[in-house]
Amino acid sequence: MRIDGARDRWAAALFASASLMIMALPLLMLVEVVGAGLPRLSLEFLYAPPMDAGRAGGIGPMIVSTLAILAVCLCAALPVGLGCALYLAECVPAGSRAARALGYSLDVLGGVPSIVFGLFGYRLFAIELGLGFSILSGGLTLACMVLPLLIRVSEEALRATPPSYRQAAAALGLSQGGFLRRVLVPAAAPGIAAALILSVGRALAESAALLFTAGYVTRLPDSVFDSGRALAVHIYDLSMNVAGGEGGAATTAVVLVGLLTLINLCARRLGQALHRMQRA
Amino acid sequence: MKACEGAAPAGITLDEVTVRYGAHIAIERASFAVRPGELMALVGPSGCGKTSLLNAINRLSDLIPGCTVTGNIAVGGRDVRAPDTRLTALRRQVGMVFQLPNPFPLSVAENLRFPLREHGVSNRDERDRRTEEALRAVGLWEEVKGRLGQPAQALSGGQQQRLCIARTLALGPEVLLFDEPCSALDPLSAGVIEALITGLKGRYTILLVTHNLPQARRLADTVAVCWVSEGCGCVVESGPCGVLFERAAHPITRAYCGGEVG
Ligand SMILES: Nc1ncnc2c1ncn2[C@@H]1O[C@H](COP(=O)(O)OP(=O)(O)O)[C@@H](O)[C@H]1O
Ligand SMILES: [Mg+2]
Repeated sequence: MRIDGARDRWAAALFASASLMIMALPLLMLVEVVGAGLPRLSLEFLYAPPMDAGRAGGIGPMIVSTLAILAVCLCAALPVGLGCALYLAECVPAGSRAARALGYSLDVLGGVPSIVFGLFGYRLFAIELGLGFSILSGGLTLACMVLPLLIRVSEEALRATPPSYRQAAAALGLSQGGFLRRVLVPAAAPGIAAALILSVGRALAESAALLFTAGYVTRLPDSVFDSGRALAVHIYDLSMNVAGGEGGAATTAVVLVGLLTLINLCARRLGQALHRMQRA
Repeated sequence: MKACEGAAPAGITLDEVTVRYGAHIAIERASFAVRPGELMALVGPSGCGKTSLLNAINRLSDLIPGCTVTGNIAVGGRDVRAPDTRLTALRRQVGMVFQLPNPFPLSVAENLRFPLREHGVSNRDERDRRTEEALRAVGLWEEVKGRLGQPAQALSGGQQQRLCIARTLALGPEVLLFDEPCSALDPLSAGVIEALITGLKGRYTILLVTHNLPQARRLADTVAVCWVSEGCGCVVESGPCGVLFERAAHPITRAYCGGEVG
């Protein structure tokens, strides 16, 4: 690309520095957090229970609670989300009034602040359904929260598959179920994995919605009916309520970032494996 | 390979068939018949409704929102739009091959095995046998027998098109609809496909859409000529290949088949 004239050069420089800044900001944050948190990171920190309100000890119970909440969230959100996405992609014609209305309401739901989902989850799961402050309440609330995003991104992935697959399946008189299972979903698997990664990221980062639902007990939960404190809630608590808790908060943040990276890698692998597997 | 070995395949009859997209008429009052085992070439300029007509025969038109078909279409004497017509059975009886090869993103072998399984061929050996038989019928077996497990998308365009034909043949159809099967291929691959269609003649009732008039002349028993007038398509003339190319009645046919316009 050729750039003519001084004004264009100025504009190019402006855009370049803006994008540099955008890239630098999260990097700086990461360096800051890792710098502050890494010194205290040890194997013991990963499994020991917290002591002195989290100023000392580790985060073992929180890691377990976080993974349990995430598992509940995904077990509920994945089947429902994939089902909705399949329905939207298969049964609602793109660009139709129904597709626009449904898409719009999903986008609005996706933009609702998480604290609102927290209040909703507290009312529905903790009070009305009698689940109380529990891993189950928290996970189900997070499922509601990530569903709009999960549905939207999966639907896009399903719609982005070549229409020639559907044309071929129809001309061969194949059943819709067989076509979905064998061709469409595997073909969209990498995109669905991306939707999953985004949802997991959002769920792991959530603290506000979990305060009202999963609670903030630091004990190791015995079952999904017990209350448990997620890592993000722990970070929030240490930095807001515990004097001298910043060090612990930073180390927990490092663990959270590490966990997120690990889950992303796994989801991506899984998507690619599914994509390849369908050829066998 | 055919559903009923020995017996003549089903013929096609179209009577005053009109295909509309909303208010727009794609093709109006098309009437012609393809007798059992005959090959009819459907020729005419782009946009005159050839694809729309094919889609009406195997009812792919059901899938297009706003598309309506009126008139009578019979395959083997049975109305394709009768309430008791089962779509899966109709589409097994009437196979279709498209302009762009459209293999599934599966392995070469699975592209045939998967539709066979869907159509109730539950025995694995039987599926493998029919897969091999169909791949041999399109002359692809020797080329791909060493890489049946590899992705179909890795085959060349011509091989993919033959794979799609094999996929259709494996289900044992009686009628084959070809929608410009050669026009996205290089001349060499197009020649291979043409030879393949020549080999299928007689055993199947074939309706072949083509832009290639010399090809129509080489392959067809009968020809139907479509044209667009005032924005809507129609069949101007149909009849035996020789008659249409030598002594056409209609001036448009004479001009088109004589290579003056189109
Ligand atoms: N899905 C569709 N929706 C609306 N109009 C269509 C659609 N498909 C084809 N048409 C219109 O119908 C006419 C015939 O198209 P087509 O059957 O594809 O012609 P051909 O195959 O002879 O080129 C064209 O005017 C085209 O614009
Ligand atoms: Mg066409």
